[in-house]
Amino acid sequence: MSSIADRTHDWSGEAAAARRRRRYAADRRLRIYGMSAIGIAILLLGILVTTLVFTGYRGFIQTTISLPVTFDAELVDARSPTEGNYREILSRSIEQLFPGLEGPALRRAGQILTNNAQFLLRSAVYDDPTLVGRTVDVAIPASDPYDQLNKGIIDRDLPENRRRLNDEQISLFEQLEEDGRVETRFNWGLFFNADSRFPELAGLAGAIVGSFFALLVCFLISVPMGVGAAVYLEEFAPKNRWTELVEVNINNLAAVPSIVFGLLGLAVFLGWFGMPRSAPLVGGLVLSLMTLPTIIIVTRASLKAVPPSIREAALGVGASRHEVIMHHVLPLALPGILTGTIIGLAQALGETAPLLLIGMNAFITSPPGGLLSSSTALPTQIFIWADSPERGFVALTSAGILVLLGFLIVMNGIAIFLRQRLEKSW
Amino acid sequence: MAGYAFLAIAVLSIVAYFIGQSAGRRFQAQVGREVHSLPVYHGAFVAVWVGIPALILVLLWLLLQGMVINQLLLASLPDDMTNGVSSARLSLLLSEIHNVAAGRIFTEPSPAIVEAAERYAVWERIARWAMLVVGLSAAIVALFVARSRLAPRFRARNGFELFVSGLMIACSVAAILVTIGIVASLVFEAMRFFAIVPPTEFFFGLNWEPQMPIRADQVAGAGAFGAIPIFVGTLLIAFIAMLVATPIGLFAAIYLVEYADSRVRNVVKPLLEILAGIPTVVYGFFAVLTVAPAVREAGSAMGIAVSPNSALAAGGVMGIMILPFISSLSDDALKAVPRAMRDGALALGATRAETMMQVLLPAALPGIVGGILLAASRAIGETMIVVMAAGLMATLTLNPLDSVTTVTVQIVTLLIGDTEFDSPKTLAAFALGLVLFVVTLSLNIVALKIVQRYRESYE
Amino acid sequence: MKTREMATGQDEGNGTPASSGRSFAENQRLDREPNPLKATARDVCVFYGEKQALFDVNLDVEDRSVTALIGPSGCGKSTFLRCLNRMNDTIAGTRVTGRIELDGRDIYEPGLDVVELRARVGMVFQKPNPFPKSIFDNVAYGARIHGLAGDKSDLEEIVSTSLQKASLWNEVKDRLHEPGTGLSGGQQQRLCIARAIAVSPELILMDEPASALDPIATAKIEELIDELKENYCIVIVTHSMQQAARVSQRTAFFHLGNLVEVGPTEQIFTNPQDQRTLDYITGRFG
Repeated sequence: MSSIADRTHDWSGEAAAARRRRRYAADRRLRIYGMSAIGIAILLLGILVTTLVFTGYRGFIQTTISLPVTFDAELVDARSPTEGNYREILSRSIEQLFPGLEGPALRRAGQILTNNAQFLLRSAVYDDPTLVGRTVDVAIPASDPYDQLNKGIIDRDLPENRRRLNDEQISLFEQLEEDGRVETRFNWGLFFNADSRFPELAGLAGAIVGSFFALLVCFLISVPMGVGAAVYLEEFAPKNRWTELVEVNINNLAAVPSIVFGLLGLAVFLGWFGMPRSAPLVGGLVLSLMTLPTIIIVTRASLKAVPPSIREAALGVGASRHEVIMHHVLPLALPGILTGTIIGLAQALGETAPLLLIGMNAFITSPPGGLLSSSTALPTQIFIWADSPERGFVALTSAGILVLLGFLIVMNGIAIFLRQRLEKSW
Repeated sequence: MAGYAFLAIAVLSIVAYFIGQSAGRRFQAQVGREVHSLPVYHGAFVAVWVGIPALILVLLWLLLQGMVINQLLLASLPDDMTNGVSSARLSLLLSEIHNVAAGRIFTEPSPAIVEAAERYAVWERIARWAMLVVGLSAAIVALFVARSRLAPRFRARNGFELFVSGLMIACSVAAILVTIGIVASLVFEAMRFFAIVPPTEFFFGLNWEPQMPIRADQVAGAGAFGAIPIFVGTLLIAFIAMLVATPIGLFAAIYLVEYADSRVRNVVKPLLEILAGIPTVVYGFFAVLTVAPAVREAGSAMGIAVSPNSALAAGGVMGIMILPFISSLSDDALKAVPRAMRDGALALGATRAETMMQVLLPAALPGIVGGILLAASRAIGETMIVVMAAGLMATLTLNPLDSVTTVTVQIVTLLIGDTEFDSPKTLAAFALGLVLFVVTLSLNIVALKIVQRYRESYE
Repeated sequence: MKTREMATGQDEGNGTPASSGRSFAENQRLDREPNPLKATARDVCVFYGEKQALFDVNLDVEDRSVTALIGPSGCGKSTFLRCLNRMNDTIAGTRVTGRIELDGRDIYEPGLDVVELRARVGMVFQKPNPFPKSIFDNVAYGARIHGLAGDKSDLEEIVSTSLQKASLWNEVKDRLHEPGTGLSGGQQQRLCIARAIAVSPELILMDEPASALDPIATAKIEELIDELKENYCIVIVTHSMQQAARVSQRTAFFHLGNLVEVGPTEQIFTNPQDQRTLDYITGRFG
């Protein structure tokens, strides 16, 4: 019994206890590493969300100047509201707003309003021709620097040469503030305006419509094709080298970088088939090719989850294989397919790179009228704004991102809801 | 017109369904149980034969009509306008004709163009009507043929199911077609690129200046398409991303598998999933807005000059994006190790750390390595973060504080804006795309093989 | 081997009735000298979340002998076994009440070191679970983490002795550095036994160690258990009554989370005191 292997051990002795203390210390260290890793990840997510919210909330509010406008019947005809001399109406209003100013000083004062103010007046009359001949207060968005000033981004206490606005400009604005003409209101234009060169007028309407069209195309193509392919591969295909090839192919397709799909779209859809650039149809086609593998994989997983006993039971009463699938397997797999589809579409909604290559990053100032008209999409609009030099676009970019994230949260929320409500576990 | 065609086909299919169904009912009334298929299958059989082929015909027509008309237009133009002209010029001509035909006249067009525009408008009209006529007649012919085949002993169900099977097979073949399309378009355009720029220069050249004005007849002397700096830049940024993502992701997975109780897991996992679900354009903006200035500031506080588009900022943010990917794949791999293995170690008196580091982690290593490879392939193919946060100039450097460019950045910058399909600048993007595709595909195949073999070993 | 006299355990054992209503002393046949007690369980209840899996189990385990736990599946025998080295702790939501003593010390007392406990109480599982490492590393693992070997030759000695004790040495001595997962099922299980005894535990728990094995491998394991009892205290869970009869000195019958009857194996199988035990051993249920 002298062998070390037969020796009994003094587990409670000092040496053993010290060793255990060391081992527990190592255990605690690993735990701390893990906790810090998760802490870092969550911290980064927190920083990301906080910066977006802190820069983005300003995009949801807008500084407007309530401008007293007289729609002089001499200058505009109620019967053809698009043809009035709005430039003159506007400059008279500005004169009224700043009595005592003239010449270049008045022109500088007029820059407090957005550049497109006269077009806003035009659309006001277009919407309501009875305005002609009356004097009303019209809320006109302030131009970007004054908007920044009102939101406190331009610091009034900085020395003059380090601000974008000089003392004269600030005192003009402060005069308007004293008159109670400056208002801060919710920026509905963010949702109802299309893109613009001026941040105070730019909105997401075009991008939202473009994304909707592209997703619609993506949905109409990828879902039937994906489900069809998945049903064939899972339920009918013989297990041979050919189907194995298809399977490997689909798995790899799911991991191909998205930009490669953009190259495909550019070369094939635009180059070979001559489809129009920037069209939501082409965007949708490219996105559907990207989403297809996801949908096939998810559908196959849901089909696999349906227990074979159900198939056997249906076959046993004399149903054909197609009837088994149509009547029993697909309905049972539907919640999973639906969830996967929504998640796939959410991914497609956030996809940017392939849309850049097919030109969905164009500068387009009206929402697309159809599948073939030029358009942007939400993520490409965000990209365009992020690239724009005006300070006001920073807030708009963040706001646009928050809107995009909002859509994604809603879609994923629906998917989670469906999964919890409908999915059975066998 | 296309809309009317689709509508007409849909209406015809529905009509066909009811015709078939009523035929089925009549058979049932005549011969009772001797009828092979239910009336719905008679209806469905006729409907799919009426609807689907006509639909495919119209879609193909729409796809090819533009191409054919353009070819005819070019052929009809006077020879002196088209002979020996670059394809860019030809496409300009075509778009001018289209514009004139649509009434968007910017400069006074030449008489030949005006004539062509008139021809174009006429052909366009003819083509649309022809499409409607061809589509509808196909549907009607199919209706009569399919209807004539119906009979009490006709196997309408089998016929319908065969058709559906055919459609499903076509769908799975489409997945292959996508791959073929990718390979074909990349290889085809890349070949044209390599006809202009020799591959040796592309793969081994150290100088990348594609923005230099290059005329087609001067290319040979340019020497501006050496992609090495781009490859190095791509690897540098991907490496930084992996350096950030791998330890954090792996330790997070270890904590979630071994230490976290279910409450912590239920909170942390969705948070990580959110991190994974954020679109990359958002990360790109985050990099530009927050991380790059922070890195720059930190650098200047330490007296180091940092480029505003530093590889560190782009790679770091990409690391955040990849992180949830690594943690969830590692989590899966660790969980796939049988519980018995863990019990065995714990029952011997191993601490949790020892169980994890000495038993579970080595056992899960193939799965984790596969996951890391998949993540690396993602990092290499990631576009938006680097487009927004990395540089455009191809500098050959390994300094993470410098600005480098990547394959994806170059593809986007080369192709953004109007593109002509035969300038080497455009074609270079496809050559880069081909390299990107081949590299990520190989990484994926290897990674999926490893992961699959690993899963099998525990099943 | 440690053979500390546990007077308290003896006293309690004599004084406390088992759940069947008979005292410990009554269950002892006098024709066998009882060994000193290694472990005692008093009023042990186990809850998995809301569900109670064990009800007031009182059981004594003698040193240097084999105690078999039998009963139909789901009766709580494995649950009880896993209480003895606190492996139940690793399942979330498990709660154990009552008192389990190993050499007179409550193993559920706060501040007790589970790592130390599990080093003293080895365990062999139902399905062989060698680590995906070499045979040598498998056996050496426990000795390494607990720092039992001073140097390499110590470690080699521990490995070879343990493999010899597990009667696996002759089959694997030429391929110690091949993966343990490459062995046959029976060999893997003996490897796991060697891995457990390499730490020189005082008590070895075996959870149906032969249920996944073929009859020949099973016979080898049973033979091994018989040899090991000369030096170790063994508690074995088995669903095979024949196995319990062959290898154990004392047998405890569990049913629906209750310890129905415990006594010398011979008595349980020839003259059970409880109707349920009789029904079980005669095959009326389970």
